[in-house]
Amino acid sequence: MKLSKRSTALIVGGLSTAMVLAACGGGDDDGGSGGAAGDGGSFSVYIGEPENPLLPGNTNETEGGQVVDSLFTGLVEYDNETNEAAFTGVAESIESTDQTTWTVTLKDGWTFHDGSPVNAESFVDAWNYAAYSPNAQGNSYFFANIVGYDQLQAGDDGSQPAATEMSGLRVIDDLTFEATLSSPYAQWPTTVGYTAFYPLPPAFFEDPEGFGEQPIGNGPFQAEEPFVPGQGITLTRYDDFGGDAPANAESVEYRVYAEQDTAYTDLQGGNVDIMDTLPPDAIASAESEFGDRYIETEQGDITSLGFPTYDQRFADPNVRKAISMAIDRQAISDAIFNGTRTPATSFISPVVQGYRDDACEACVLDVEEANRLLDAAGFDRSQPIDLWFNAGAGHDAWVEAIGNQLRENLGLEYQLRGELQQAEFLPLKDAKGMTGPFRDAWIMDYPVAENFLGPLYSSAALPPAGSNYSFYSNPEFDALLQQGNSAASDDEAIAAYNAAEDVLLRDFPSAPLFYRLNQGAHSENVDNVVIDAFGRIDAAAVTVVG
Amino acid sequence: MGRYVARRLLLTIPVLIGASFLIFAMVYALPGDPIRALGGDRPLAPAVVAQLRDDYNLDDPLLIQYAKYVGDLLQGDFGTDFRGRAVLDTITQRLPVTIRLTAVAIAFEAVIGIIAGVLAGIRRNGFLDNLVLVSSTVVVSVPILVLAFVSQFVFGLQLGLFPISGISEGWRSFLLPGLVLAAGSLAYVARLTRTSVAENMRADYVRTAKAKGLPHRTVIIRHTLRNSLIPVVTFIGADIGTLMGGAIVTESVFNLPGIGRAVFDAVRQQEGAVVVGIVTLMVFFFIFFNLVVDVLYAVLDPRIRYD
Repeated sequence: MKLSKRSTALIVGGLSTAMVLAACGGGDDDGGSGGAAGDGGSFSVYIGEPENPLLPGNTNETEGGQVVDSLFTGLVEYDNETNEAAFTGVAESIESTDQTTWTVTLKDGWTFHDGSPVNAESFVDAWNYAAYSPNAQGNSYFFANIVGYDQLQAGDDGSQPAATEMSGLRVIDDLTFEATLSSPYAQWPTTVGYTAFYPLPPAFFEDPEGFGEQPIGNGPFQAEEPFVPGQGITLTRYDDFGGDAPANAESVEYRVYAEQDTAYTDLQGGNVDIMDTLPPDAIASAESEFGDRYIETEQGDITSLGFPTYDQRFADPNVRKAISMAIDRQAISDAIFNGTRTPATSFISPVVQGYRDDACEACVLDVEEANRLLDAAGFDRSQPIDLWFNAGAGHDAWVEAIGNQLRENLGLEYQLRGELQQAEFLPLKDAKGMTGPFRDAWIMDYPVAENFLGPLYSSAALPPAGSNYSFYSNPEFDALLQQGNSAASDDEAIAAYNAAEDVLLRDFPSAPLFYRLNQGAHSENVDNVVIDAFGRIDAAAVTVVG
Repeated sequence: MGRYVARRLLLTIPVLIGASFLIFAMVYALPGDPIRALGGDRPLAPAVVAQLRDDYNLDDPLLIQYAKYVGDLLQGDFGTDFRGRAVLDTITQRLPVTIRLTAVAIAFEAVIGIIAGVLAGIRRNGFLDNLVLVSSTVVVSVPILVLAFVSQFVFGLQLGLFPISGISEGWRSFLLPGLVLAAGSLAYVARLTRTSVAENMRADYVRTAKAKGLPHRTVIIRHTLRNSLIPVVTFIGADIGTLMGGAIVTESVFNLPGIGRAVFDAVRQQEGAVVVGIVTLMVFFFIFFNLVVDVLYAVLDPRIRYD
């Protein structure tokens, strides 16, 4: 009998432990699944975990960008169809006579979600905060072309910056401010639609950390509760929105998923309404499964095969062209990507003005010419070539396909160098460590042709300052780019950018490979789902029909 | 007993210090530059990089970094991740999810595992024994990833019996992931119980009990089971710690924002403070549950005495 008491005690003890654990775990999340299926104007959107707090100055990836975009409206917005800047945002006009000093005039009547007005200070203060290096904002470099930016950067010796405000930004009155650039840039009004340039209310400066969890913006949706890492955030329509196109839906839930596959299963089950990207293995079947609820749009990006121009073996442009001409881009797109990559025909993406669909002759498969060029250059085919890419991001298959084509078409053996994660791969790229062609990818910041040229191939963008990983440097290219930047009209600018691209096509520091397509799908609960060239959903435009 | 428990608890202090330093050193030894990776293809402004490296003491040698970390820790500051979010917030927010998942899993493991094991053990080579043998072999040999996706697809999407993902439906959300997480251990517990019960069924004291004319039920529950449970309790106790830290796959597939996933992401981003904070906590749980198991021994088996 003594025994039995003890064994009962054991079981009860076990149970009570479970109870205690249960009590610890008890929470407030019994509120139903929310979002889906016809509860009067709500929908849910898949996102991955944002990497940074939800601050315009610190958000430079799509996941957080999607949320920040719904919360804020910038000076200009980008048209979903043409990708050109439209004055549907806060700016009435952005004008300049010399492409250097820009006067920004704001529309009256825009307010932040806390009721404070959106005025000139909202922009100037936000930009100064983002540029000031001790604030460690990831988007700081977007302000580098404004006069006085250098004074906001800490010295190499760790000394404090000389100033906290850029001298090139001047508030003229409540609704007007002036920005002076260090060199002319005609495309500047288009660039200010980017996330980094969004305004911030006074409340931000009182509590930047709390603000990053629950931002107060001026966009079509407002955050009534903070973002929960690993879970997401629900935004509600802002009824005093200053723009012409307020949100259609009552609320939108951005739900964080650790795995795309899980989100896709939820999409199939109708538990999440929109995915702006699909898991690779679902792409083949998604179109037939979702029918007209499957979305495919162009993305403003480019994937290239960069060449280490610093390596003797790849110093001759003809060698680089030969490698490019030995790659059958369409075949790789079909075999590896289910046809969802468009073979590149230019260094510039088709979504922006200045793209030419026949610019790149060396981007077309021509095995004979490739072999002739390689022989003429005296290339040593007995040595294998290294093909570099970052590990763990699904690049193995297509880089290997390129290797196989090089072997077949040029008789070159290859070695895959995909063993390094970004944390090691990027520093190696910065340090001229590539011993062969490498994967290079770029998603545009704003829809201008210059964004596909300057940040990737200009001398000013040589690492560690920029993304010119080919270490290409040509004064002729730099000069033409500058000419485009200071051009008085769009046509002149594009002519100069095309001339600059012609220099690239001649020198061929990298081989353009693909433009990606956005692929998404949505449930029957929503309609009017548009994925823009940045891979983001226009949340305000979405209508709930279920 | 009290002195024994106190001594064991005191022993955890050097273990925790050693473990945290080891983990810290391992994160430190990871190759690559986490701050560089933050910027992605477009490098951050140089002064911003310098500021971030300074914020996270990344330019200090290992021992200085660890000393600074422990110094902050003693003031109750667990440090921040690269988003600037306090590690303590991450823990307090994610731990309840993991605890609920583990509790559900352990409950399945203990209840189903022990019952199946006892039924199988009482009648060796009977139908139930073979059934348990075959089904546990199947469960053990299927990788948890497959099990997770298949059960999510079948029970979540096709049959709609359970939520597909997330934690929005309270306890119901944890049933399917809990069962998946428990599956492997459950099979092991069943096997362990079965062997143990089968062995004890032939022991002298069981024969004595039977000879005394005690009812079959009483013999099984009071005599056989009690002794048979010792190895099972050891296993389950140790398993609590394993399940809490090792639920990465289950948490990911069912989108449960728990600790496992947080550690996984933090290791990938080389966020030393997050990894050390959470893993040290896991080590503590592991030690604690092992202590609980050792104490339970004494309860189960009068021959075991501490002090």
